[in-house]
Formats: sequence, structure tokens, C-alpha cells
Amino acid sequence: MALIDLANPTRFLRLVDRVLPWLAAATLIVFAFGLFQAMHAPDDYQQGATVKIMFLHVPAAWLGMMGWTLMSAAALGTLVWRHPLADVAGKAAAPLGAAFTFICLVTGSLWGRPTWGTYWVWDARLTSMLVLLLLYLGVIALYWTAEDPNRGSRAAAVLTLVGALNLPIIKFSVDWWNTLHQPASILRMGGSAIDNSILIPLLTMAVAFTLLFFTLHLAAMRNEILRRRVRTMQMMQAQALAEAAT
Amino acid sequence: MNLGPHADFIIASYAVTAFVVAAMAAWVVLDHSSLKRMLGDLDDQGVTRRSRRKDDA
Repeated sequence: MALIDLANPTRFLRLVDRVLPWLAAATLIVFAFGLFQAMHAPDDYQQGATVKIMFLHVPAAWLGMMGWTLMSAAALGTLVWRHPLADVAGKAAAPLGAAFTFICLVTGSLWGRPTWGTYWVWDARLTSMLVLLLLYLGVIALYWTAEDPNRGSRAAAVLTLVGALNLPIIKFSVDWWNTLHQPASILRMGGSAIDNSILIPLLTMAVAFTLLFFTLHLAAMRNEILRRRVRTMQMMQAQALAEAAT
Repeated sequence: MNLGPHADFIIASYAVTAFVVAAMAAWVVLDHSSLKRMLGDLDDQGVTRRSRRKDDA
């Protein structure tokens, strides 16, 4: 099957039905493995057992940002090529990205209290991450409240592309400003600063969370295609009833 | 496994994450079954999409 064939929603639904059970099974297996590794990882010499929060916090932060990156690519597809599947992908990713950003903020706050002595500070990393959550909520509101779905989709796509400016701010905030949040310790020049005994469980959990994201995203895309079919059929039914009444 | 003096924070983090992940999964599954039911109802009422009519012809 050529990649372009997947642009057809019916073919895409058939593919999702085939792939989804395998993806869900892989997610569960990698999660079980990752959680086992996380529970048996050694304590950090400074932070003690609270380092276990990192196995949730860091993957959630990555996925919060990856969700917006995916939505930005979908927004280009919506605005430039007006492709319906691009719009479906963007709309389906928004609540998932918001949920992972929420997890990142809550776990970060719960990690901050014992580590920094505070749940929250208005430093650049934390604030830009909160802005990302607010942007997600804005996009979700545009998608779900617009009376004309096409206009809502275009407005959401524009907001998504404007909001993409926040991604480099999140990434480099710890370098550009003096923040309480630590600088990058995994994706940095010179390699990771984390010992393998903690890095390996972290990477396993990151793979598990990423598989979870794509499983839920494909399922949510399938739902969105079905929702559009229901809407079309309801409109056809209403039109037929109106014609019969006249 | 000893979670040390800050066990509450660690347990709360895992509990919140588990709750949010379960809520997302439940939303996707329940939404799917509700949409399938609505499509089935419309089908039973004889409403068919144009592309489906084309497929059947």
C-alpha cells in the first residue's frame, strides 16, 4: 500500500483496526517492563527516592512538546493542503498533549516540593510549560466550540502554528534565563549526565509513554473520523426530513 | 522497596499519572462505542453516506 493511499479515511480506518491491538499490546508490555525497572532503580545520591518521579515527569514533558510538534505539522496540512486527515490528526492530538502537559506540571510540582522546597516558582521553564497547557486548552476550545467546524479547524491551525514559537522557548529557557529548574541533563552536548542505572529505566518509560501516545492518538483519530461521518449522516437525515415536510 | 521520607510525593505522582492515563483511555473507548452506536442507529434508519452508496453500487 502506497503512503498516499492512507490519505483516504476508509483505508486509514482499516489500517488502524489492524494496527491498534498490536500497538496497545506493545504499550502494555513496555510499560510493565519500564515500571519494573523504575521501581528497582537505585536512589539518587542527592534526591533519594524522589528521583522515581523523574520516570513520569520527563517522558510527560517530552510528549507534551511532541504533541504540539505533531499538531504543528498537521496545522500545515490543514492550512496549505486542506487535507481532512491532517485536521483529524491535529484535533485528536490536542487533548492527549494537554493531558501529558498536565501530568508534567503536576509531577514536576510534586517533585519540586521535596527537592526545591516549593511546589511552584514563576521561572521561565515552568511558566513556558504552563503557557503550553493554556495553548492546548485554547486549541481544544476552538475545535469544540466553533459553530462551523471548518472555520474552527482553520482558527485552531493558526493558533497551533503561532503557539509553536513556545517550543524553543521551553527547550532553551533553562539556558537563556537563570531558572530554578535544572538545565538539560539528557539531550545535551557531550552526552547524558545521568548514570545508566537511572537513564535506562527513564528511556524505557519514555518509549512506553510514546507508544501510549500513538495508541491513543490513532484511536482518537478513528473516533474523530466516525464523529464526522455521524455529523454528515445527521445533516443528510435533517435535510431529507425538511424536504419531506415541504 | 523503601520510598524514604518523601513517599507521599512519589505515590501521589504515580497516582495522578495513572488516573489521567486511565481517564484518557476510558474517554477513547467510551467515545468509540458511543459513535459506533450512533452510526448503527442512523444506518438502521436508512441514512447512508454517498460514498458508501457508491461502494455498494
